[in-house]
Amino acid sequence: MHAFSAKPNPGAGIDYELFLDCVHCGLCTASCPTYVVTGNENDSPRGRIYLMRSVTDGRLPLNNQVREHLELCLDCRACETACPSGVQYGKLIEPFRIAMDQAHDGDRAPHDWFHKYVLFGLFPHPKRLRWALLPAKLAQRFGILRGMEKLGLMRMLPQRLRQLVYTLPEKLPSEPALPEFLPAIGRRRARVALFTGCVNDVMFRHTNWATARVLQQNGCDVIVPRDQACCGAIHFHAGASDPARRLVDANVKSFAEVDRVIVNVAGCGAMLKDIGHHWHDDAAADRTALAAKTRDINEFLDELGLIQPEGEINLTATYHDACHLGHAQKIREQPRKLLATIPGLKLVDLPETELCCGAAGTYNLTQPEMSAILSRRKLDNILSTGARAVLTANAGCLLQIAREARVRREPLWIAHPIDLLDLSYRKEKPPV
Amino acid sequence: MIASRFPSLLAELRRLLGDDHLLANHSEMVVYECDGFTIEKNCPDVVCFPRHTADVQRIVQLCNEYDVPYLPRGAGTSLAGGCLPVGGGVLIVFTRMKAIEEINLRDRYAVVQPGVVNVWLTNALKGTGFHYAPDPSSQGACTIGGNVATNSGGPHTLKYGVTVNHVLGVEAVLTDGSVVRFGGPAEDYVGPDLVGLLVGSEGTLAVVTKVWVRLTRDPQAYRTMLGIFDSVDAATQAISEIIGQGIVPAALEMMDQGILIALEQAFQFGFPLDAQAILLIELDGLEAGLDEQRDRVVALCQAAGAREVRRADDPKERLKLWKCRKQAFGAIGRLSPSYCTQDGVVPRTKLPHIFRRITEIGETYGVRIVNVFHAGDGNIHPIVLFDERVPSQVKAALDASGEILEECIACGGSVTGEHGIGVEKIPFMAKLFTPGDLDVMARVRDAFNADGRLSPGKLLPTAAGCGAEHKPHGAAVPTVERSHPGRRAAL
Repeated sequence: MHAFSAKPNPGAGIDYELFLDCVHCGLCTASCPTYVVTGNENDSPRGRIYLMRSVTDGRLPLNNQVREHLELCLDCRACETACPSGVQYGKLIEPFRIAMDQAHDGDRAPHDWFHKYVLFGLFPHPKRLRWALLPAKLAQRFGILRGMEKLGLMRMLPQRLRQLVYTLPEKLPSEPALPEFLPAIGRRRARVALFTGCVNDVMFRHTNWATARVLQQNGCDVIVPRDQACCGAIHFHAGASDPARRLVDANVKSFAEVDRVIVNVAGCGAMLKDIGHHWHDDAAADRTALAAKTRDINEFLDELGLIQPEGEINLTATYHDACHLGHAQKIREQPRKLLATIPGLKLVDLPETELCCGAAGTYNLTQPEMSAILSRRKLDNILSTGARAVLTANAGCLLQIAREARVRREPLWIAHPIDLLDLSYRKEKPPV
Repeated sequence: MIASRFPSLLAELRRLLGDDHLLANHSEMVVYECDGFTIEKNCPDVVCFPRHTADVQRIVQLCNEYDVPYLPRGAGTSLAGGCLPVGGGVLIVFTRMKAIEEINLRDRYAVVQPGVVNVWLTNALKGTGFHYAPDPSSQGACTIGGNVATNSGGPHTLKYGVTVNHVLGVEAVLTDGSVVRFGGPAEDYVGPDLVGLLVGSEGTLAVVTKVWVRLTRDPQAYRTMLGIFDSVDAATQAISEIIGQGIVPAALEMMDQGILIALEQAFQFGFPLDAQAILLIELDGLEAGLDEQRDRVVALCQAAGAREVRRADDPKERLKLWKCRKQAFGAIGRLSPSYCTQDGVVPRTKLPHIFRRITEIGETYGVRIVNVFHAGDGNIHPIVLFDERVPSQVKAALDASGEILEECIACGGSVTGEHGIGVEKIPFMAKLFTPGDLDVMARVRDAFNADGRLSPGKLLPTAAGCGAEHKPHGAAVPTVERSHPGRRAAL
């Protein structure tokens, strides 16, 4: 059995009206990072919608060419920002790709060892991931990792694993886990829960601590539920819908008692805000409720009204809009407003700030070539500003930009805006 | 073309470009079957992405050798089917020739490849005090090559002129495969204005491979206003008064209630939804004297019956306002699954008349029509809403559009201000021009494109009427056998 066996059409489950929202004006094309790079209409949002609609209509078979163009999509949603017609591109590409994986032709397994053991087996589980990274951490401490890099030994690892090791931050953090409760400092203004994330809590635990401290400084009691789970985005975007739903439902339970869930990773925030419409079953209302109380940290502090930080930081920095913050959550002004309150900080505009850095969740692992092109372009733009620090509110972007800077030996400081805000509250200086 | 020879053409193109710069698989070419005009569709036989002029030159030579039609395409944002591959053939897509080769601020010009997106040039000039003036509403996506083909306008053309006023020179591949350069970085060249001839020829004379464009100094200051009116008549009256007083705004745009509702849904700007018409007026120039000019405009609007004149001088507010205006067409997706944007021109004083007629025509055909006008230069954009899945609605929309355009001609205007003729408006050419005029145009085309392989079926009607393909004067060349015969109307 091959090719044209009776498989369900991957477009069958998609609301056809969503296709019709696209009037084919093409204004999205130049906003799409993959189209900007390849110049191929098949790699543009308008082209991908046309491909999906053609498959749905039965005009085109779901062959490898079609698949490749759809898989090359970063799901950065820059096209949604550009689209004047309000096309909900995410609601087309995400379910289509899930269905595409389920309808795979047998010529290519949808989820190989890398998905099974690394993306699904390790990433969503901070404890396992921490253990798995222990050798890397030791190797780092004794300089073995960089030594291996220099000797070219890394080439012996499978390509995607190698990508992953390259992406590890220079120093894996060694802070203790956050306690379950951190009290407000000064007058209590709110009671919030902190979503710590999976990869984020392993690679950026210091940012979780910074977020908790900034919330405390702003009069918030911070609750850190121990039983919280991964947001489910890694599974969901790779087409594994059921495991994603189980993680989401675990979080619905963990965060049932609070009325604000604060997220400092744009990707997780975008996922949590979207969970209401992914599955249509009895629990949908509870998921919608969790979505409704989710706030990005920048968004939340801006709503709450920031207490002025006082520590002076004399630094020229630039801000990169993470796709899942800017495009997916439409949060662009808030982090800039927060940063503007830091005495001494000079924030300069980043050219092409709205263009994806190529991290895009696990895209840097699954589509390394395109990812590398975009990450080079991002760093070139950053360097053109003359800034010595780049701030961005998403774990993936932080890792991606840091890696690119490291490979090219650029002494940039790459941090979350909240890291800098925290330093200002604590009257400390960044390491640049 | 003779199908049996196609594999060897394909092999030659592959040898030239490599697999990475060519699409020949049907599933990857379907997206190239149409542009922003979706009523007619036709797949090309092969899609090429040239990297430099020499590639284009060789592609043209091969098309001649194999007797295949060919057509340049930029971003495919044409609203008139300018990128429709009539008769199939080779589609030359310029999205990989996208380098800004030179920016020379002292001599105020830039050299760009045709695939450069319009706004990229202005972005690259940020902070220099200069910009590229033609700013079509699709400037975030459309290419300068496409702008040259259609002689694009935009809201700011009222004061700054259209594309042809900003193109100093072009390099082009002629249909015989030779490369020529008309004009260049200097202001004046002797001889006939061949640059002017190529700009707006919709790719029917030559394939442009490089453009020298003029850079314009950024104005020192802006004054942006929003005039709110309870009737379209009052708004158009205000337009006549402003222009009549010798004031030349940088832009003078009108939007009616229908489009305001869609824009408000899309962008939440805070437009008054009960207003019948809004004028977006922008003055620019030296700071000195600009306030006086603004006061005069405000007074003229009020005298014409404006309910209110709001200021939008804050740079962020101004940008948002322009974003709303420029994305007006796209926002229509919120009102209707399909739409057809018309592009007519009337003398400014006829604006109230044409607006009344548009309303009547909409009622006659039972279709909803919303309006955006580049009011300052009498360029109207009635947008006819319909559902492409309902054949009777499609017919009503097309008939209504046709009648509006006929009315524009009757007013002494034209059927396109900036979108071009493409394939969509060919039937109107005979109404717009005398047979003598058309004959001159056809002879000019034949001088450049005698075989008719370049962009067949575009811009000019043939003696045989709409639907038939171009046959050159004298017909010295044997008729080209196409892989996809003729234009194929969807209806």
